Amino acid sequence: MDAQKTGEEHGILQEDEIRMAIRAEHINYLYGEGTAFEQYALRDVSFEIGDGEFVGLIGHTGSGKSTLIQHLNGLIQASSGKIYYNGEDIYQDGYDKRGLRSKVGLVFQYPEHQLFEVDVFSDVCFGPRNQGLSKEETEIRAKEALTLVGLEERFWFQSPFELSGGQKRRAAIAGVLAMRPEVLILDEPTAGLDPQGRDEILDEISALHREKGMTIVLVSHSMEDIARYADRILVMNHGEKMFDGTPKEVFRHYKELERMGLAAPQITYVVRQLQEHGIPIEGDITTVEEARDEILKLLEKNSGKAGDRP
Amino acid sequence: MMREITLGQYYPVDSVLHRMDPRTKLFGTMVFIVSLFFANSLAAYGAATVFLILVIRLSKVPFGFMVRGLRAVMFLLLISVSFNLFLTPGTEIFRIGFLKMTWEGLRLAGFMALRLVYLVIGSSVMTLTTTPNQLTDGLEKGLGFLKRVGAPIHEVSMMMSIALRFIPILVEETDKIMKAQMARGADFESGNLVQKAKSMVPLLVPLFISAFRRATDLAMAMEARCYHGGEGRTKMKPLHYARRDYIGYLVYVVYFSAVILLGIVPK
Repeated sequence: MDAQKTGEEHGILQEDEIRMAIRAEHINYLYGEGTAFEQYALRDVSFEIGDGEFVGLIGHTGSGKSTLIQHLNGLIQASSGKIYYNGEDIYQDGYDKRGLRSKVGLVFQYPEHQLFEVDVFSDVCFGPRNQGLSKEETEIRAKEALTLVGLEERFWFQSPFELSGGQKRRAAIAGVLAMRPEVLILDEPTAGLDPQGRDEILDEISALHREKGMTIVLVSHSMEDIARYADRILVMNHGEKMFDGTPKEVFRHYKELERMGLAAPQITYVVRQLQEHGIPIEGDITTVEEARDEILKLLEKNSGKAGDRP
Repeated sequence: MMREITLGQYYPVDSVLHRMDPRTKLFGTMVFIVSLFFANSLAAYGAATVFLILVIRLSKVPFGFMVRGLRAVMFLLLISVSFNLFLTPGTEIFRIGFLKMTWEGLRLAGFMALRLVYLVIGSSVMTLTTTPNQLTDGLEKGLGFLKRVGAPIHEVSMMMSIALRFIPILVEETDKIMKAQMARGADFESGNLVQKAKSMVPLLVPLFISAFRRATDLAMAMEARCYHGGEGRTKMKPLHYARRDYIGYLVYVVYFSAVILLGIVPK
């Protein structure tokens, strides 16, 4: 998997070969234009997100991540700049923004706060119903979405307010998935969940990426999660894009990341310490699994050598 | 879309007016409003105009912000002006059917319009230069004497400041929920009245739930810090009059007497 990832690094650079789901060109966004509160929330941000990519978006609080992702499904209109979805300019006259929103599904922070129906199932039906689908199709999609997020059937017809935090979160994510989006953007989907709920949700998102080929944009404060799941990382700082690359490339800049109030995954620091103490672990390590493999390799090599030693 | 709500629309710059004690500003606004009802001559309105221009200059707030509040009363203004124009008895200027415009009506309508516009601008100056918290502090202290007759001044002002504090939070929350539902294909704009009302459900239900949640959280937080009402409560920043406040009161006296005198003298 990781060897593959490094192989793909070159692929990502050759833009024309991959179909681009989202292309953002020189996005600027100003708050409170023409008042004393005027402020840049985004400044000249450009990037591309390829079809089927898993992109991690990181940045400290207030760096413009949330504003940025709301541009991608047309909820916020950029002050200047262009956004293309599948090659179409979403700001051109007559562009179907509601259609765009069902293709680019956006799961907000604490999405369970938007639940409103009497039971989970009807709430999940809200999205497909807004798409104008028939009752049968709506229900098929709702069932499909609820199954995808792994919410057990006995919860489907309960009030969303009787569920636990993790279950509510999943019901809310299902509400977006039921529209069958091609791109799924999640703003800190694991905030405030217990470790088990967190892992479950991330695994389900990762399964959507692997099995359904869905393009994923994951906003997270957990460098570990990002390193584990993302093929590519975008780093935002003060409304500007600072880095854009594979986890290995980006976390190599851990000093700069720290200055932005971010960090590299903890294991990267552990490995760096080991390297400084003369243990020759190779490569840039960003996940615990990689570290384990490298250390085992090293141990094997050493035990082979140990036999030769006097 | 929700950002256009301008209640408690504080404009943060540093000016004499911003630094003034809220009580002085409250009292000044009151004096100004009362003076507008006393003013009954062109000269008196002239004095009010001079006073207003002076105050706006001192506040350092762009003029555009002052007139922004006028949009809300535009309709009222139009109605009252046209009623006064056509329904005041007196010397006729011209007549359309049974409606006749009179000189007296013109004069009355003009004054009425000026009075309304000045009222709005005058009170805008106060809200633009005073934070909502200062305002309630000022009200609490300024009306403190009513406590002696048993009026729950502290409670009312606490409720006011909490309500004011919650406005931007709820506006933000509304914005967020609206966007979240729009991301699920909700449409808040099109449709007839019934459809529009229906489309509000996915917005209002989460909003109410969140408002209740916030209210209980806040009550808990206040109790955890031993809040038990106004008795014996001290302030971190007690209000103190400074020299500028005394000067302010002096200006009010001069201004008010001028309006009264200018109203009496020509007659």
